[in-house]
Amino acid sequence: MTQKLVVIGAGMASGRALEHLFEANADWDVTLFNAEPRGNYNRIMLSPVLSGEKTYQDIVTHDEAWYEANGVDCHFGTRVTEIDRAAKIVRADDGSEVTYDKLLFGTGSNPFIIPMPGHDLEGVIAYRDLEDTERMMNMPAGSKVVVIGGGLLGLEAAAGMAARGVEVTVVHIMGHLMERQLDEPAGYLLRKALMDKGITVKCKANSKEILGEDGKVRALLLDDGTELPCDLLVMAVGIRPNTKLAADCGLAVGRGIHVDDQMVTSDPDVLAVGECVEHNGAIFGLVAPLYDQAKVVAKTLMGEEAAFQPREISTKLKVTGCDLFSAGDFADGADREDIVFRDPARGVYKRLVIQDNKIIGAVMYGDTADGNWFYGMLKDGTDIAEMRETLIFGPAYQGGAASDPMAAVAALPADAEICGCNGVCKGQIVDAINAGAHDLGAIRATTKASASCGTCTGLVEQVLAVTLGDDFVMPSVPSVCGCTDLSHEDVRRLIKSQELKSQQAVWQELGWKTVNGCHVCRPAINYYLLADWPIEYQDDPQSRFVNERNHANIQKDGTYSVVPRMWGGITTPNELRAIADVADKYKVPTVKVTGGQRIDLLGVKKEDLPAVWYDLNQAGMVSGHAYSKGLRTVKTCVGKDHCRFGTQDSTGLGIKLEKLLWGSWTPHKVKLGISGCPRNCAEATCKDVGIVCVDSGYEVSVAGAAGMDVRETELLAKVATEEEAIAVTTAFIQIYRENAKYLDRGYKWVAKVGLDWVKEQVVDDLANRQALVDRFELSQTIYRKDPWADLAQPQKAERFAPVADFTMEAAE
Amino acid sequence: MSWTDIAALDDIPLRGARIVKTHAGCVAVFRTDENEVYAVSDTCPHKGGPLSEGIVHGKKVTCPLHNWVFSLETGEAQGADEGQIATYSVRVENGRVLMDLSQISKVAA
Repeated sequence: MTQKLVVIGAGMASGRALEHLFEANADWDVTLFNAEPRGNYNRIMLSPVLSGEKTYQDIVTHDEAWYEANGVDCHFGTRVTEIDRAAKIVRADDGSEVTYDKLLFGTGSNPFIIPMPGHDLEGVIAYRDLEDTERMMNMPAGSKVVVIGGGLLGLEAAAGMAARGVEVTVVHIMGHLMERQLDEPAGYLLRKALMDKGITVKCKANSKEILGEDGKVRALLLDDGTELPCDLLVMAVGIRPNTKLAADCGLAVGRGIHVDDQMVTSDPDVLAVGECVEHNGAIFGLVAPLYDQAKVVAKTLMGEEAAFQPREISTKLKVTGCDLFSAGDFADGADREDIVFRDPARGVYKRLVIQDNKIIGAVMYGDTADGNWFYGMLKDGTDIAEMRETLIFGPAYQGGAASDPMAAVAALPADAEICGCNGVCKGQIVDAINAGAHDLGAIRATTKASASCGTCTGLVEQVLAVTLGDDFVMPSVPSVCGCTDLSHEDVRRLIKSQELKSQQAVWQELGWKTVNGCHVCRPAINYYLLADWPIEYQDDPQSRFVNERNHANIQKDGTYSVVPRMWGGITTPNELRAIADVADKYKVPTVKVTGGQRIDLLGVKKEDLPAVWYDLNQAGMVSGHAYSKGLRTVKTCVGKDHCRFGTQDSTGLGIKLEKLLWGSWTPHKVKLGISGCPRNCAEATCKDVGIVCVDSGYEVSVAGAAGMDVRETELLAKVATEEEAIAVTTAFIQIYRENAKYLDRGYKWVAKVGLDWVKEQVVDDLANRQALVDRFELSQTIYRKDPWADLAQPQKAERFAPVADFTMEAAE
Repeated sequence: MSWTDIAALDDIPLRGARIVKTHAGCVAVFRTDENEVYAVSDTCPHKGGPLSEGIVHGKKVTCPLHNWVFSLETGEAQGADEGQIATYSVRVENGRVLMDLSQISKVAA
């Protein structure tokens, strides 16, 4: 006998379930209610509709004819208002009353709207249905839209509107886009591709309030005070299962409608399928598991045995030009290994996460052709031990021998492009070699290959090696560390020329072999980035050596030494009293006078540091940076104020220089000495910069040392005025900051580039001197600050104490 | 096993560590770039350096005193150095870091 099935919701899951029923010729009389005024369409294809690549007609799954052919009684644009489970009756707002033998919930989900101030303004929408899509499609070119949410849906909305000429800004609360599907490197590449499409992306951005005017949205306000003007605001921050109706009629509901493995709810005659269900604590938003559920629910209705089992799912983003693929689990957890492939020039990134010789996660960006192959092995739990070496290259490379990079270069045809920047092919390079260009410099000079961004340097060298055979010796500039083959000089050049402004950018674009560097390269990269991009890059304490992170010098017993700044070596009775008080209060075991005319408090416990700083701050003292690769001390003699031989105010100049230069980070430490006469009591001529005052002015000399090497400074310039002495000193420090290898002291760097070159840049070329001074000053707007005052604030000071202490608990 | 709440995940800096004081000495609780949490002895077997102050890279930490590198997963010294630090069970639940203190009580007893 024909049974009656009532379905609430004409979505993709319930639609698929009906297809299964009708295909099996199951004997059901179906009534279908849908709140949207239309039947089932392929909701996940709304993005191509938005971008104009498809029309609504293209994505309709079930048209009128289909419903009619299958005898479905359709109530579209109709809301079910009440379910009487005892009487098995469904009532709807069009006045209809329908009885059922079985009831199927396919009520889907509701977009989550963050209840922040202004969320109810006109012009604030979600991205869920055709109405939302049409609203976005109707935005004229040049109008402004803000999308909150950098997940799958938000980005598809953003890209679709950007393709229509709308100015789109994506605001995302997390550190990188699509954090649930992508790891940080892939997120970075995606962000870059979206920015290339003209979309502004703001990560780590907290929305605070939606601002309106006459009841209509005007702008989004972030909690850092930024206002993002917009004509439309799209919230794509997630979905919540739509459970209201189910809860109202007394079904068991958690986050979603509770179902068992057969998709039956707490009432044996009521079933549920799709985004509205909760199964074993999980809810579902992607289409693959929904289709699995649809199959199960159809079988259950037909009285056949079936059980729903969640499986690994994969994700692809439907944005033209952004190829990405993600499947499985690629974060968190121990005992996992990564296989990573990076090709920055092509923008390709692939990462496989391996556990017990099985793929458990895969993230790919740029080239996703092998995604399904990896996904298949992930689902099947294939043992990959045998193919591990070539696994990442995909199915085409299995069973062959491990490849030799030289052979690959040798096999390239003459018209293969080697240098993308200058469009130089292998043939041109070979011709140049045959014409006598036998090293990298000569190739750069004759063909321009590798002369721009330098990414292809390795390839050019391989062409040289293949062409010249044993006559070519690969140059061996030491690399930064095992994480890269690039030298410090190459990395610095590439950070500037490719405008790399974050650590992720460096790891990605320069093909780092490790996820986030090591203790050797991270401090160097952190320094290069902050020196070259002081405004754009934010200093990362976690990439710094302990002393620079804790702003004190660690001692061999784990305590610290604290050195307050004394400008130019001048102090006061009040400062000395404060130092003495601190030494008493915190039981500082050793107090020592340093070679740089400062007082060192040795043996301070880490948890006492913030309090020690606070007390010193109260007396007007700031960090002496005795721990930094940065400006340390300016040592002075008393100068003409007191000394009968003094020619200038060396103390005053020292104080001025120290107040100008303090807080700046440099490749290695920088010490200055200012002597008031050639007797040189401040020992200026063994400092990084030494100034000796004479009757007629100031002799500025540089590149001295008094450590493992002892060097006398060399004269950089003799100038007449104090202003010039300050400008030359500042310009010298800035050019050292911009060019030297990390951990090269000034004298080592000057020996490499030559003092003549330095003179040209900072003494002879006045415009360049001024530009260097300006760039230094720009950087100092960020870094000329007392780190102690910052870290002594209560919420930051907390971090200096143990996070928990179990030694106070009574022993058992 | 006795899981004890020791901190919020956010109390530990990304690519950093905080210490927990116990009867058996300080334990360093690390948080990697990928939000994995590991607990190991804070004391470097070489010269006693505080590992919690080291630079965290991948799933490894470098001792701040003499650059010994340890795997946070196994506690083994990497490269040419030979040594082993104790590792402790730790897990993250609802943004809280839980540690198995029973391992430590055993050491202390």
